[in-house]
This record gives sequence, structure tokens and C-alpha cells, in this order.
Amino acid sequence: MTETLLALAGLTKAYPGVIANNDVSLEIAPGEVHALLGENGAGKSTLVKAIYGLVKPDSGAMHLDGQPFAPADPKAARAAGITMVFQHFSLFDALSVAENVALGMERPPPLRDLSARIRDVSDQYGLPLDPTRIVGDLSAGERQRVEIIRCLLQDPKLLIMDEPTSVLTPQEVEILFETLRKLKAEGTAILYISHKLEEIRALCDTATILRLGEVVGDCDPREVSAREMAEMMVGGTLHVPEREAGPEGAVLLTLDHLSAPSPQEFGTPLRDISVEVRAGQVLGIGGVAGNGQDELLLALSGEMAVAPDMVRLRGQAIGHLPPNARRALGLCAAPEERLGHAAAPDMTLTENAALSGKTRKNLVRNGLVDWGGARDFATTIIDRFDVRTPGPENVARSLSGGNLQKYVIGREILQAPDVLVVNQPTWGVDASAAAAIRQAIMDLAAEGTAVVVISQDLDEVMEIADAFAALNAGRLSAPRPARGLTIEEVGLMLGGAHDMEVAHAEA
Amino acid sequence: MDLTAIDPLLLLASLMVASTPILLAALGELVVERAGVLNLGVEGMMITGAACGIIFSTLTGNAWLGFAGAALGGLLLSFLFAVLTQLLLSNQVATGLALTLFGLGLSALLGQGFAGTRPPAFPKLDIPLLSNLPVMGQIAFRHDGMVYLGLGLVAAVWYFLTRTRAGLVLRAVGENHDAAHALGYPVVLIRFGAIMFGGACAGLGGAYISLVRVPQWTEGMTAGAGWIALAIVVFAGWKPGRLLLGAYLFGGVTVLQLNLQAAGLAIPVEYLSMSPYVATIIVLVVLAAGRKPGSLGQTFHASR
Repeated sequence: MTETLLALAGLTKAYPGVIANNDVSLEIAPGEVHALLGENGAGKSTLVKAIYGLVKPDSGAMHLDGQPFAPADPKAARAAGITMVFQHFSLFDALSVAENVALGMERPPPLRDLSARIRDVSDQYGLPLDPTRIVGDLSAGERQRVEIIRCLLQDPKLLIMDEPTSVLTPQEVEILFETLRKLKAEGTAILYISHKLEEIRALCDTATILRLGEVVGDCDPREVSAREMAEMMVGGTLHVPEREAGPEGAVLLTLDHLSAPSPQEFGTPLRDISVEVRAGQVLGIGGVAGNGQDELLLALSGEMAVAPDMVRLRGQAIGHLPPNARRALGLCAAPEERLGHAAAPDMTLTENAALSGKTRKNLVRNGLVDWGGARDFATTIIDRFDVRTPGPENVARSLSGGNLQKYVIGREILQAPDVLVVNQPTWGVDASAAAAIRQAIMDLAAEGTAVVVISQDLDEVMEIADAFAALNAGRLSAPRPARGLTIEEVGLMLGGAHDMEVAHAEA
Repeated sequence: MDLTAIDPLLLLASLMVASTPILLAALGELVVERAGVLNLGVEGMMITGAACGIIFSTLTGNAWLGFAGAALGGLLLSFLFAVLTQLLLSNQVATGLALTLFGLGLSALLGQGFAGTRPPAFPKLDIPLLSNLPVMGQIAFRHDGMVYLGLGLVAAVWYFLTRTRAGLVLRAVGENHDAAHALGYPVVLIRFGAIMFGGACAGLGGAYISLVRVPQWTEGMTAGAGWIALAIVVFAGWKPGRLLLGAYLFGGVTVLQLNLQAAGLAIPVEYLSMSPYVATIIVLVVLAAGRKPGSLGQTFHASR
């Protein structure tokens, strides 16, 4: 291509102790879908934040349409025609769709006109959306539509998308891609950040791969395999978890018509969930965020009490028991949010080990904490799960996301539970750490533990689960054997596309 | 006991006067909290406003200038709070409590030479025609300017928050400061503005006590009005309309119980004195509270 819309040359940004971007150069043409690939911490987010004016690079130059371009803030970037859909949605729960859209625009028209325009654009691109609804009540897919429409209303030249598909069902992803292809046909350039390689192969024209802040290669994603791209990202060969399927044992965990209201505002109530998990079995529960995953974990871990008979462990009713009583009986859980839920951020790893392990590891004697034992336990977790930290006296907050995740999962696994429940075990974790965590979960199952893995990453669920069930609006589908299940079938189990339709050819 | 001594018209008229200090202070705090900041220093800013009001009005001989000085005093005190919590990232709860203690001490110091002085009279507006209406005239149209300024501010704040772009941005900052920052809105600057508006309003409310209600300077004369204002903001669900209702209810029961005391009702005085607080809380709780701003009381730091 001869034209260039945006050119970056030698962009460098350093934070204290880490170089986020080192001499990064890339070019994007109008109508091009350009993928930015890399592990967590490779510097993708910093790079797009520099383009969007949220981060000022230390050195290097950017050119937009041949003109020097150095946005002082996101407003300047938006004025120049650059918009961004954020990974963690930048939406306001208590405000309406129209108000949220207005906040992302420079000069929004009066709300009534804006509502009409939202309806127009959402029809045109096949993204139905009611402007008067409160964002807090929307599903994850609908929330993303709000962000996309906010961008589209500004006629962008460049649309930046930061991991847009991580919260969507396969059908919703397909509809998103239709919308993006339509934009591309209209000449809009798209900078697409993801680590889902198959998606990039399906959508993108070029890919730039970052590792540790540096560009390590460019490729045409339609011509190289996903494995080759993954190895460029990681800088080595990738270890794929594996295990021998053992014979299935007795039923350990039974959910019997489990129903409960959500303890959170804007949460999803659990509706009549019944399922059994056997010793040695891994039950994968897939579903789009906000369909009851958090509530299910709370009900299983004991943080939310339910009727005694709704949750049974080896036939014993435990629905009314609090977390520590359940741990004593052999049920351990690791929630999704690492900082503040699975671990206390400002307490040391030793203290965090004692908080969860005190019952099963006998770390409390006569009301006093056995700190020596707690430190040994923490050290064991660090050694066995390859947690990169100077030592157990460091606070949980100081660990990177992947390392802390290995720590909190390892902490539960090493308590040798009979039943382990994990929510999003590899959320925001890089590929090699994720592989290690999955391997550890599968090893635990091979030793005869019943495991429930709740995850929004379908590839992950399909990789480690024996049986797959989908959580949709607080209801759980009947589990099916994971082997042989196709992605289309999974998508249908997830409830398909939530009132979405493929873009009309020319509406 | 002689209940006939209570004139209902006079009662309703004095309700509006009795509610004004709390209404003003609570309205300012409502804007502050909608911007996501919890300033527990309302009591301190009110009492400082009360002292500044006496000082400025006595020195200038003009009650309006007294109110202006009171607003300035409250604003300066809230500026201190804004610097501490928004720039130096101190804890909002602790800083707010400290601000109340500081305000109480500062006002005692400032007001030392003014104890017992009578501030210049604050004229009542006799609104032509309207004030001659048979019943409503006496109740609603023979008050001083601050009563109407308070009502006007309620309407203005409601309009600002629900109808204007700036109000939408302010609510957005209070709802999710990280998202507002990501969209390029100046979170700290907006919060500075809101905090200082809150300070000025609290100062006006305090000055209304020392210039109109009492009117003279006594140490600690706000006597917890700032805390009631804070409670009304929460119970009113952060909505200006309900705030007006809450403030009038509190003022109304206060006036009523004073009248009942004077009439010699056979209920212990202590029960009567607590009745405004109980009545306000019960009514506003029954009305079901709204949703609090998502980022309320959290420290914002643009670290990413």
C-alpha cells in the first residue's frame, strides 16, 4: 500500500524500572486492520495509550496523514480522528447509554438528537441498542456496543480496539468482525490488540509482534500459523498442558436446584442450577461475564450462604456453611479478583498463606498463628509454582498479575482439597504462566480431586475440561463431554448472540 | 397546655427560615459527593462561615457583604481540604474530620472579639403583590433574600446536574473516576471546583445561623447542623429535590417541637428535642435511598 495514515518511528517510553516501549516503529494504512500482538507486559497497552494521548512518549515521533502528531490528551487524539475501545470498559454504570456516548464526544448534540443518531448508527451497523437504558443493566456484549457506537459517531480515521473479544460469545465475535469489516471497507483503519491468534488470522491484514517492549517481527497473519505467531510472542516453544484421563470416581460435589439472589447490585441471580462433579473430573463452566459466574463462586466457596441442601459435599449438606467450615471438609475455592478477594493486597505472602491455609494446614494453635508454619507453607507454594518474588515476606500487591495468580491457585491446590473451585484461573496471565496453572489444575484432578473451572476463555475450558456446561443469565446448561464439542455448539450453549444480528449488507 | 398559642401560618413561615442553613450546607455537600468526594468537614466550614459572617458584616455594616465573606471563609477552608485530598492524596474521611475540628478551633479564635456583638439587620424582602396574598403571602413571600437564594440554588443545582453537559461530566467523574480520566476529563480540577462550591455553600449556611437565626456570635453555635446536612445528603439519595424535602422536614419538626415546648406539652423536653432527627431519618429512609456515586470517597491517582 502506498498511503500511510499513521506512522510511528522510534517510539520509546520508560517507567521507573521497566522500559515499556523501546524504539517501536510501525505504519498503518487507511482501511487496514493491523494487529498488535504480544504477551502481557509486552508494551501493547502503553503503545496505544501513546497514540490516544494518555501517555507521553519519552522519545520518537508520530505522524498522522504526513503531519507531525503529538496528542496532549485524548481530546486532541479524538479531534484528530483517533478513537479507542478500551479493554476494561470505560463506561459509567449509573448513567444511560446516551449519556455515556455523550461523554465520549467532543461536541455532543442535545440528548434527544443524540438518541436518534445512536439508533441510526446502531441499525446501520447491526448493533441494536436502546439509548435510554442504564448501562449497569446491560450485558457485556451490549456494553461493548456502547463503546463502539461512541467511537463510530465520531467518524474515526483510526479505531483502536484493546482486547475487544475477551468478553464476547463466539457469535457476538462474528458480528463484531462483520462490523469491523464494514468499517474497513469504508476506509477506516483499525488497530486491533489481542492475544487470540485465530481471531487475528481471521480478521487482520498485518500483524506487529511485541516482546518486552520491542518489535520482534511483522507478519501477514493469513500466511503464518497461529503456532508460529505464538512462538514469536513468547520467544520460545510453547508447552501445551496434557494429562492422562483417569477413571472417574464417586460423586463429590452436588448442586441441587441451587437458586440464590445476587448479593451485588447489577448482579445476576442463580437460577435452579443442578450438576454433579465426580472425583478426578474437571467440569468447565463457560459463559460471558456477568451471567452469574461471580455469584456461583460465592455460593460454592461459602461466602454467600444458601439453603443447606442446595450444595452437598460427599452427600453432606453444606450450603449454609461459611468458607472455613467448607475448607475443613475439603472444599477450597479461588475467586477471580486476585487483589482484594483472593489475596489481601497489603499483607505479605506469608500472611496471605495463613489466611486461607490456617484450617487445613493447622496453622493456628491455641488461638495463636504458627508463623513458622505459615512461612514454610508460603515458601512451598513459591517453590512448587515457580512464583517469581524475592521471598514470602513481600506483600501480595508487589507481585505481577501472573505471579500472584500462580500463588493464589497454588495456595488452594497445596491444601489438597477434595473439591477445588476456581474462577478465571488464568485471567490476565501470560501464556507460559497460564500453561503452568492449567497443568497444575489437571495434575490435581488426576490425583482424584473434583475440579470446577469457571472461565470466560473458551479455549481454556475446552483444553482442560472433561465436561462442559454453559452459564447463561444465571442458568446452567446440562453438562456435555468436552471432547468433540465444536465451537459452534459451545456458542449455542452460551445462548448464542444476545439479540444481535449480522450487519445488513447496505441498510 | 395551650395548643391554640401555636399559629400555623407563623409555624410554616418560620419553617422556611429554620431550614435554610441546613439546606444550603447540604446542597453544597451534595454537589461535592456527586463529584465523588466525601467531605466530612461541613460542620467546620459552617462554623467558620458563621464567624466570618459576623466579622465581615460588623466591619462593613452590610449583611450581604457578611454573607460574601462567609462564603469566602468556607471556600478557603474547603480549598485546604481539596489540596490535601486531591493533590496530596490524603484520606478523605480523616481529613474531613480534621477539618471539622480545625474549623471549630479557628472560628473560636476568629470570633473572640465579636462575642455578643449584634450583626447589622438583614432586611426581609417584601415582595410587592405576592406578599399581600392572603395565606401564602405570610408563609412564603415575606422572607429575607437568603431563603430565596437557597431555593434558587436547589433549582440551579438540579438543572446543572440533570440538564447540562458540565453536570454530566461532574456526575461521570463521581461515578467512575478512572473511566472519566481515560476519556480525558480533568478529574482533579473538576473535584477542586465541586469541593470549593461545597465550602462556599457551607459558609453561607453557617452565616445564616449567626446573622439571621440567632443573630449573634457564640462559640460552637452551629451545634451539629453540619452533621445533619451530611446525613440529609445520604438519605435524600443525592437528589436535590429530596434534599429540599429533607431539609424542610427537619426545619419543620424543629420549629414545631420548639412551639410545643413553649406550649408546655406533657412530653419530656428530651424527646421533643430529638424528634426532628428521628422524623427526618424515618421519612427519608422510608422513601428508599438512591444509589451512591460509584467513586465516592475513593482517592484518585492517575497512575496508569
